[in-house]
Order: sequence, then C-alpha cells, then structure tokens
Amino acid sequence: MSSEQSRSDQPHHLGANRRELRLLARNGMIDRWFERGTCSFAVLVLALLGAIMLSLLISAWPALATYGADFFTQTRWSANQEVFGAWPAIYGTLVTSLIAVAIAVPVSFGIAIFLTEKCPAALRRPLGVTIELLAGIPSIIYGMWGIMVLGPFLQWLAPELFPAGTGLATAGIILAVMIIPFITAITRDVMSTVPSVTRESAYGLGCTTWEVVRSVIFPSVRGGLVGGVILGLGRALGETMAVAFVIGNNLFLHPTLTGQGTSIAALIASQFPEADGIQRSALLALGLVLFLITFVVLAIARYMLMRIERRAP
Amino acid sequence: MLKRTSLLFAATLALGVSVQAQAQSSTITGAGATFPYPVYSQWADDYQDESGVGLNYQAIGSGGGIRQITAGTVTFGASDAPLSAEQQERDGLVQFPMIMGGVVPVINVDIPAGELKLDGETLAAIYLGEIDRWNDERIAALNPDIELPDTRITPVYRSDGSGTNFLFTHYLSQVSEAFSNTVGEGNSVAWPSGVGAQANGGVAAQVGNVRGAIGYVEYAYAKQNDLNAVQLENSDGQYVAPSAESFAAAAANADWANAPGFALVLTNQPGEQSWPITGVSYILMHKQASNAAASRSALEFFDWAYANGEAAANALDYVSMPDNVVELVKANIWSQIQADGQPVWTGAE
Repeated sequence: MSSEQSRSDQPHHLGANRRELRLLARNGMIDRWFERGTCSFAVLVLALLGAIMLSLLISAWPALATYGADFFTQTRWSANQEVFGAWPAIYGTLVTSLIAVAIAVPVSFGIAIFLTEKCPAALRRPLGVTIELLAGIPSIIYGMWGIMVLGPFLQWLAPELFPAGTGLATAGIILAVMIIPFITAITRDVMSTVPSVTRESAYGLGCTTWEVVRSVIFPSVRGGLVGGVILGLGRALGETMAVAFVIGNNLFLHPTLTGQGTSIAALIASQFPEADGIQRSALLALGLVLFLITFVVLAIARYMLMRIERRAP
Repeated sequence: MLKRTSLLFAATLALGVSVQAQAQSSTITGAGATFPYPVYSQWADDYQDESGVGLNYQAIGSGGGIRQITAGTVTFGASDAPLSAEQQERDGLVQFPMIMGGVVPVINVDIPAGELKLDGETLAAIYLGEIDRWNDERIAALNPDIELPDTRITPVYRSDGSGTNFLFTHYLSQVSEAFSNTVGEGNSVAWPSGVGAQANGGVAAQVGNVRGAIGYVEYAYAKQNDLNAVQLENSDGQYVAPSAESFAAAAANADWANAPGFALVLTNQPGEQSWPITGVSYILMHKQASNAAASRSALEFFDWAYANGEAAANALDYVSMPDNVVELVKANIWSQIQADGQPVWTGAE
C-alpha cells in the first residue's frame, strides 16, 4: 500500500505531513545505503580472498609449470640444486599440528570442565584471565622459550629421542601450549551456555560430574566444541616463528615424529628473504599449498558441524 | 576553505620531506651480508666520530643486498658470494672486495679446545651423516693422541640462506665429491642430517647447547661464544688453526689482478699457513650513479676504511685488504663509477 493511498483513505488517522514523509524517505535512503555498505564490505572480503588466491597462483605458476608433479613427489627441498619437493614441509605441517591438537584437546577440555563445574568461585576469574593471557603472548616468545628451555629439557629427559632437543615433537608441544588458551576459552564459553536448569536436574538425578559433562553438557554443545578445536588447528597450521625456532629445519622427508623436519610456514620464513627466481616462485607455490590445506581443514570442519547438527534432536 | 587547508597540508608535507631528505644526505645507506656486519658497524662508529657522516647498514643477507642494490634502494650492496663478471655487466654493477674473514667449524665435545683435527673429507662425511659418532675410526685416525668420546654427532647448520653457507658448502664441494654430488654449493642447501638454526648467532647457541654438536660460524662468533674451534687440513696437507694470520695467509695467494670482475672465492687456497675456508666480502655499486653525492660519500667512507680500518678489523679477527689490491680497486673499479659522464671518485680531498 503506497503512502498516498493510505493518506486518501484515512486522511486524519494516519496523516503524515510533508516533513514526516521526507524524513521517512530519508530513513529509507539511509537504510538502503546501510544495506549497500555492509554488502560491499562483505563482497570486499570475497574479492580480497580471490585476489590473494589469484596473485599467489600467478606468482607460483612458474614453479608449478616447471616442476609439475615433481613438486609433490620429490622428497627434499634443495634450493641450490633446484629440486623443490613440497612433501617434507607438508608432512611437518600436518604432523606438528596433529601432535599439538592431540595434546591440547584433552588439556583444554579438562581446564574448561574444571572452570565451569568444579572450580571454587573465588578462583574462577583469576584462573580464566590467566589462561586468556596465555593467548596474548607473542609467538616469538614461545619460540625463544622453546629453544632455550623446552629443547634442552627434552634433550635431558630423553637424549636418544631428542638428540638436539629440537624436532617435530618439540614444535608440536610448543604449538599445543599456544593453542590451549584458544580451545579452552571457546570450550568454557559454550559450556556455560548450557542452562543451569538442565545441568542441575542431571545432578539431581544423581549423576556424577563426569556423567553430567559427558552425557548432558557435551552433547548439547558439540558444534561449539568442534569449532574451538578447528580454530586451534587453524592457528597451529599457520604458526611460523615459534615453529621455525624449534622444528630443526631439515629439508628432507624423514618419517619421524621426534626428529628434525620443517613446516610450510617455517620453510617460507627462513628462505624467502634470500630467495629469488624459481626458488621464490616455489616458495609461493608452497604458500598456495598451505592455503589449500587450511581451506580443506575448514571445509571438513563445516561438514562435520552440519552432520552433527542434523543428527542432534 | 577545504582547498586552502589541503594546500597548507601538502606544503607542510613537502617541507617535512625536504627536511628529511637533507638529514639523509649525510648518511650512507647500504644493505647485505651479515658476515662482515660486526666490522662494518665498528667502522661506521669510528667514521661517524671522525667525519660526522653516518652509515646505515642493514645486515639482511647477501641475497637481499644484491636485490636492494639492483633495485637501487641503497647506495651500496654487500655480498659474500661474488657476482660473476657477466652478472655485474647485466645489472650495470661494479664489485670490489672490502674485507676478508674465515668460517670456522666449532664443536661441543669433551676435547681440549683447539685440539681436534679434521680434514675436508671427514668434515663432509660428518655433514652427510655418514659419520655419526665422535669415536668413529675415521676421526680417530686423524687424532691418534686424543681420547674421543662415544657421543652422537649432531651437525648444526644454517637454515636461512646466507653467504656463510655459501663459503662452507663451496669448500666442502671442492674437497668431497660425494658432498658435491648430493648436497652441492649454494646460499641455501638441503642438509641430509642434523639441526638447522637461524643466523651465525643461532648456530653458535645451538652448538653451545647440544652435547656432541658440530657447527660452522664466522670466526668472530666462535670467539665471542668461547666455542671449541677445529684445526683443518689445508690443500698443502698442513693442519692449521683459525686465526687472523691463517686467514691472511690464504688471502695472500689471491690473484686479484687476473680475476674478471674481482670475482674470487678464497676457499682451499694453497700455502702452508692458509686457512681453507676463507671468504671475501664484496661491495656492489651502480656504474651509473643516480645520486653522485651519495655515491661519492660512500666511496669516501670505503677509502677511509681501507686506510684506517685495519686496527678495528684485526681486533675482530677480520683481515683487511692489502694495499696493492686497494690500488687496483681504486684504479680499475672506482674509476668506472660515473655520473653525467664524469667519474664520481676523484681522489680523497
């Protein structure tokens, strides 16, 4: 119904004078501009993503075209001989991230359960804030701590496993410490969204804390838990400086968990400043691979979330 | 109104820029190798005290130095690996040697300091992972008088691209065919075994931390960190300890007059006293100076360093260039640096 019609039908009741109409029109215009503005910001992100992807692809193309499948079958990254195999770096990236998640998930869930279910009220805030502070420590600090404290400690603990203290497992442990605050914070937040009525009725039925957490709280916040873990995994995949310090930087593919290796981000960080020509292009191709790995991980996480939500009652 | 404000703003900005440009004209800018950085920064301090002209040298690595001078963002670049005469020609650059020094293998084993002897073959085999115990018979054969511990060897190497890597792998490639075939020489190579660390300082720290480690660093870093340096067999079959004298002995053999574009690598030089892993750090400048004043003040600094830098260089265990080489550089290279058809360097004032 247009405003003119309504004015002629009920001139007194809904009467809007000229000034008010003008205001209305202006409001409509602001609304439209607001809509367009927010929409363009959203499109900007997409365009940026596409542009980054495209420029990566263009600059990585010389290496991909030259080496083709060799890029994914060679087992070493030897810049001076122009042999560029991505496997050592891909392997190192995946192994360190999986070690990190394997350590961080149980610890973070434990902290979150303690904070929401068991912790005395007086301790809850200081503990929570401390863990959040851990998330604010710059990664270079973790790297220095890793090389000066954790490395020598592991070497002292198990000299046969860690002859030099550095390696994939050391990097995995550092990454675990780095992602624990993220996973903990998200887990705690989603756990506290469970209504206390639900929680208390379960306790009222005589459930233990473990039973309440396992059968009442976790099932109702599964999506959030997966989200937290994926956020942690995403950070572990792309972490650069701390990993470059402690991973050992060996550019051959060794099927090892505790030995020296490299990760995509660490390899790019240590070689990019001195690289040019085909080596630079190969490093950018490696960046593209990291992009794709992160993308696939996120896609899998989305898929898992969708399945969980569909199964949920 | 708006127009006037923006005009005022632009004027302020322009004024600011011109003031800044004036301040910068008394500073020489350079970038490149980390290997000579300790001595360049010492020279820069002394030179500033004497002349009031500052030097802003960014130790970003040889590759970065070559890139920056090619792009023309600095007045001079510095590199440990020489550019070939063709490369210099292609980019319109000239190259001259500035300072020499040595790369030294260092160890962390219970052996009296400076006693362990290694030859090139054995050193290469250690870095290839073929020898992985300190009491291996090949090491024992070279050191009959030392009791070697049964410790695992952990080779430590540079994981970032660097001129130190180039010198070390260039030497190992010359003395070991196996090394040349599997690893090869270059600024960044793939090491089959061991641990990578960042920069000279990182390698020194890692060697200090890991029992049984062996690493290679520029000599100043070995001294500063009090590391146990190894004696190496040179091409005359003599075992020599690293020192400014043995670096100078290696340098004495260099035939600069017949090296096209001054491209020389001083590894594995003949001579009884020669240290086998000696390197030269080079300066790169544009033949056609885009800023004659800046190029001239850079050359004045180098002239000062050639004449007065020896004491500071020796204190840090570098070797300064001999006078006859300096004369060659001034006559053959500096004369090529020109602006508007005139040579920039016309002798010291």
